[in-house]
Amino acid sequence: MSIIQVKNLQKSFGHIEVLKDINVEIQEKEVLCVIGPSGSGKSTFLRCLNRLEDISGGHVIVNGHDITDSKININKVRQEVGMVFQQFNLFPHKTVLQNITLGPIKIRSIDKSNAESRAMELLAKVGLKEKAHSYPGELSGGQKQRVAIARALAMDPKIMLFDEPTSALDPEMVGDVLDVMKQLAKEGMTMVVVTHEMGFAREVGDRVIFMDGGYIVEENKPEELFGNPQHERTKAFLSKIL
Amino acid sequence: METILAALPYLLEGLQVTIYIFLIAIILGFMIGMIMALLRLAPIKVLNWISRIFVDAIRGTPFLVQLFFIYFGLNSLPWISFDSTTAGIITVAINAGAYFSEIIRAGIQSIDKGQTEAARSIGLTSVQTMRFIILPQAFRRMLPTITNQSIISLKDTSLLSIIGIADLTQQGEIQASATFEAFKIWLTVGVIYFVIIYCLSLLANFLERRFELR
Repeated sequence: MSIIQVKNLQKSFGHIEVLKDINVEIQEKEVLCVIGPSGSGKSTFLRCLNRLEDISGGHVIVNGHDITDSKININKVRQEVGMVFQQFNLFPHKTVLQNITLGPIKIRSIDKSNAESRAMELLAKVGLKEKAHSYPGELSGGQKQRVAIARALAMDPKIMLFDEPTSALDPEMVGDVLDVMKQLAKEGMTMVVVTHEMGFAREVGDRVIFMDGGYIVEENKPEELFGNPQHERTKAFLSKIL
Repeated sequence: METILAALPYLLEGLQVTIYIFLIAIILGFMIGMIMALLRLAPIKVLNWISRIFVDAIRGTPFLVQLFFIYFGLNSLPWISFDSTTAGIITVAINAGAYFSEIIRAGIQSIDKGQTEAARSIGLTSVQTMRFIILPQAFRRMLPTITNQSIISLKDTSLLSIIGIADLTQQGEIQASATFEAFKIWLTVGVIYFVIIYCLSLLANFLERRFELR
């Protein structure tokens, strides 16, 4: 049973059609990596999965809920779908601990001490226990991104979306973030990862999608897609970046 | 010096009126500003227009005309009646409200869109996002401009003396004509305004440091 079903997804910004006809199913515990040139619509695709972008056409069914249905309580669905952004988007006026406990306390009505002890577990998991009382401004990029992952995990999501999580990081910080993501994948988290880290896609991805021009051009197991790409555009893209 | 000392109790009485009107008006004004800013940013066209018309009308007319319109104009209608103090408070509140509304709107819009996206992606509602994420950050950025507008509004209250409110300026006028010591009296009045406004800036500085952006 697939946890995400995308059927004929379309997305336009004004007259510009960014996603043309996207069809994909994502299985539970699967790690799906999305690659492609910039402007190919891969981030927009990801952002449609929790309706951060209004969907212009088609259906997106997440965990059994059709989020294109305007009557659905999107906030409920989003609680099950964690998201990590390229620019981290931590709340600068709150400490690391407050960033992580905000959702559980305000949405799940978990009491503060329970939320905090859970947050400390998550911080230990991402290797930042000692930063609990720091403010985001005092952290490096890699640390911020690991806090952002912990913040998303605090809601106990069933799915995690990653929007180029390492693209804004200094090279030496990338490894720490990828390690956390690998660990998550190993634990069986369903993950959709938009990334330029081909190494990660190859090693951790169960399946890789190559997007271009608003379409999914090619979709395959990583070793197939990287080792034996079928389409010209995939070959051209891979030859440029590998 | 004796002239000043003799006039001082009256001036301070006037100061009380000034501060009373200022405090009520600025709190009301902030609430009006908040509501208008949220209407302006709401995803409903009619609400945006209401806010725009309000802000443009107030910004496009002089304070004194607004005061006269409310005190003389509205009061001349058969089914409306209020005293000068009420008229004064309403005018200052509405006037400040229009400017606050623009300050608050700009403050909210200055917060990176990623903040909203992160909050919404956790599952917070738009109201929770505004309350816990956007407004606390926006408020810190708005503080200097809010202080500025508050000082302007405090000074605007001196115009209320024209409709007979016994504020500091009005008391100054009474004392100046009673004592024939215009120089000393108006200098004193000026110093009193200055001290109050200086205290206001100190308070604002304190708040800014207290809520320093991180």
